[in-house]
Amino acid sequence: MSTAHVQKLDRVVIRFAGDSGDGMQLTGDRFTSDTAAHGNDLSTLPNFPAEIRAPQGTLPGVSSFQLHFADHAVLTPGDAPDVLVAMNPAALKANLRDVPRGATILINTDEFTKRNLSKVGWDSNPLDDGSLESWHVHPLPLTSITVEALAESTTLTRKEKERAKNMFALGLLSWMYSRPIDATKAFLESKFGSKPAILAANITALEAGWNYGETTEDFSVRYEVAPAAMPAGTYRNTTGNQALALGLVAAAHRAERPLVLGSYPITPASDILHELSRHKRFGITTIQAEDEIAGVGIALGASYGGAIGVTTTSGPGVALKAETIGLAVSLELPLVIVDVQRGGPATGLPTKTEQADLLQALYGRNGESPVPVIAPRSPADCFDAALEAVRIATTYRTPVFLLSDGYLANGSEPWRVPTVTGLPDLRVENATSPNGEDGKGNPVFLPYKRDPQTLARPWAVPGTAGLEHRIGGIEKADQTGNISYDPDNHEFMVHTRQAKVDGIANTIDHLEVDDPTGDAKVLVLGWGSTYGPVAAAVRTVRNTGAAVAHAHLRHLNPFPANTGDVLAQYERILVPEMNLGQLAFILRGKYLADVRSFTRVRGLPFTTIELADKIGHLIEEITK
Amino acid sequence: MSIDLGLPHVGHSGIAGVPELPDDADRQTKRDFTSDQEVRWCPGCGDYAILAAVQGFLPELGLKRENITFISGIGCSSRFPYYLNTYGMHSIHGRAPAIATGLATSRPDLSVWVVTGDGDALSIGGNHLIHAMRRNVNMTILLFNNRIYGLTKGQYSPTSAPGTVTKSSPYGSVDSVFNPVSLALGAEASFVARTMDSDRKHLTAVLKAAAEHRGTALVEIYQNCPIFNDGAFELIKDVDQQQARLVHLKHGEAVTTGNDDAQQVLVRNETGGVSFVPAGEADASRVVTHDVTLDDPSQAFAISRLDGPDMTHVPMGVFRAVERPSYDDLVRSQVLAAVQNAGGPASDDDVSALLRGKDTWQVG
Ligand code: SF4
Repeated sequence: MSTAHVQKLDRVVIRFAGDSGDGMQLTGDRFTSDTAAHGNDLSTLPNFPAEIRAPQGTLPGVSSFQLHFADHAVLTPGDAPDVLVAMNPAALKANLRDVPRGATILINTDEFTKRNLSKVGWDSNPLDDGSLESWHVHPLPLTSITVEALAESTTLTRKEKERAKNMFALGLLSWMYSRPIDATKAFLESKFGSKPAILAANITALEAGWNYGETTEDFSVRYEVAPAAMPAGTYRNTTGNQALALGLVAAAHRAERPLVLGSYPITPASDILHELSRHKRFGITTIQAEDEIAGVGIALGASYGGAIGVTTTSGPGVALKAETIGLAVSLELPLVIVDVQRGGPATGLPTKTEQADLLQALYGRNGESPVPVIAPRSPADCFDAALEAVRIATTYRTPVFLLSDGYLANGSEPWRVPTVTGLPDLRVENATSPNGEDGKGNPVFLPYKRDPQTLARPWAVPGTAGLEHRIGGIEKADQTGNISYDPDNHEFMVHTRQAKVDGIANTIDHLEVDDPTGDAKVLVLGWGSTYGPVAAAVRTVRNTGAAVAHAHLRHLNPFPANTGDVLAQYERILVPEMNLGQLAFILRGKYLADVRSFTRVRGLPFTTIELADKIGHLIEEITK
Repeated sequence: MSIDLGLPHVGHSGIAGVPELPDDADRQTKRDFTSDQEVRWCPGCGDYAILAAVQGFLPELGLKRENITFISGIGCSSRFPYYLNTYGMHSIHGRAPAIATGLATSRPDLSVWVVTGDGDALSIGGNHLIHAMRRNVNMTILLFNNRIYGLTKGQYSPTSAPGTVTKSSPYGSVDSVFNPVSLALGAEASFVARTMDSDRKHLTAVLKAAAEHRGTALVEIYQNCPIFNDGAFELIKDVDQQQARLVHLKHGEAVTTGNDDAQQVLVRNETGGVSFVPAGEADASRVVTHDVTLDDPSQAFAISRLDGPDMTHVPMGVFRAVERPSYDDLVRSQVLAAVQNAGGPASDDDVSALLRGKDTWQVG
């Protein structure tokens, strides 16, 4: 029995790293589930190669999963791991520079063979050459202990036994951080129920890992992280892609309309297609299209017929869909375009995050083609953002961009599940009768006669008697929708389409500023997934006694009505973005505001430290 | 009087599920399908004849007008929906089949038509065209083939004969052509036909067969563009020439051409292909009997290959009409079954259960 002494911690960051084939994502997912069930707040960051199986043991093949959990509100997946689990030399080499000196590293020594070391360009073994002296290293022959623990199994090959080593590691970490492993056992039973030998091996390895911590002298300390105080309610863990898909289902339910998804597989958006295709029971139709253009065309065709048409994609797909989105602007039909942004240009970094599609969403079409744009701030917020996108699309009969990103898509956090009846009522009426008169006083239908409040045109779906009409991408005459090349009419229609989108600002919340002392001179303004890192950095800066204000934009087009006023109140405005300053560029142009851009395009979220440093410098600059 | 194409009875009609006019309603006329918009094709354009035929034919379907929708792409032909008093969308270049797929799949109560041209369907929109046919979405695609780009003022198209001199091919085009019927058969289309703008009766008979087909029906319509490609089909419109060149396909009958004095009949030859021989010389065991219901499209394909730029033999009529489940029916039945198996449309509680998932915990 271990005599390990139990130490209380308020927060821990763990990173599991190994070869793509080592099951690191699964290990991280399971640790996350057990941690969520334990009541900690948490945030995760999976990081994996675009290749399905990059060459084994190489740097490009390294896959990792980082988890930050705490007894208080967690805003980011954590800058630097307190514990790194490195399953091979490549995993150690690729991740070591992120691990602060003094942190703990668990290393699978079995993989540190001469051959594997040379695959990553190491002449000597870091386990023996002293280069890891500043870290707290636990060298463990994980592969061979696992195989040994499974010695009794006669049906499994050595390779199959070795594969269970991730469960051994999970068991050991679960012991170290006092996590129960029952839920993981239940999970394994449902996953491997039909393969009893594999199931037994995984469970044995998991328990062996736990017992290893309990019985050996290797580990003198166990840790405990108490549950976080969170608002009362029912919670689950969710990734951004999952929350987004559920948000679309809930939106269709609240709109009382069928939802049709037209989509082409693309990383990192495909999981939304996968999730929605399971929910036919909720009246959801998913069509895997022949290409990106067909995906949005199918969605638009469904919207024309009265359904909620949605297409999901990433930046390269948006480029292909641009013309159809322009058609939707001209037809003034509802359409939701979900862009899960990834590193670009071209194929770029398919599995890594970036926010560089903002200008594409706003302006990436021919002609004056205004499209509302919104962005979620966290994985769970993708749910609310989906409802808001549907609200704007159906109320204003317009395409709407929802800009998620790779970090939100795959990252996860606990989510307080809302009550369905408390969600926004998204019902809108179809047109049912003529809305005008012809010259002789006969009732006629005018497809471009607008609602005076929203400027939206009627949604008159085929099958409605008496409203037969023709629409198209050629400029239309006001009211009648007939083809018109009249100069004044075109000018009027261009302005009207813009005014309709601008008017959405009347129905969105004002930009709220978090400025607890009320005397901050520096404002940090973020959008999308930078919310967590910015909020964490702001917290760090405030802990030093400095004052800094924080605001976050959900609506990127139109901006909240008070945005200009907010910007005018601060001496310095910092806009951090994972692009080269796209929001900053717009804010400067629109409000003549002297915003400072702070950008990173590393395919990874900002770290709290780099942001806190930058904010600190700005505060110093004006107090000098 | 209408032409008999000899087609077998089809099981599940293409317009099943689309609301019909009540028995006591006034009979629809061509006027009912004519919109108030001024038609703006060039004088003499073949599109006029096709429009008149379609407007004249639609009443025959006996459907509620509001349940008919025409979706087009871009090009001269794609102005078509503006002139029909049904629901209509003039979309963007090449994408009409994709938009129509979304509409047809979500709305079983609509009769969905796509109007497209050789540039729209075979060039910029080729991908959507072949995939609509592969999936067999319940819609009728009218492909107006004038073998030229009209709206952009006369460039060669994927069906322009090699050597065609246009503004963009002053030395003659060197492109090989698509045969739209062969392409459709290769793309697994369940209904493929060809007809001509100037033959109103044949056009109407083919439209009727296409509308009754459940799944994607592709109808190629030879259409004269008097401005940029006048006379493209003159060889088969000329009364003296056409008899020797046109091959009128009739289900269940031998495939023949020529007049009574010089009739030719299609036979299978040793190499697996087909060719015409004088009727008197044909070996009866080798004579090709046209059968639109053959699962194997090889014979229909061989017949489609009789056609070439020189128009020696041009088959007209229905090449293939086979029953195959339509994509939209399959998609809807999956959704319907899922809803029914779960006890009907989702309630608030059902959605709540979905949102909670399997793994929740309580705080407070
Ligand atoms: S250009 Fe040719 S196809 Fe186009 S409208 Fe004129 S005649 Fe008809």
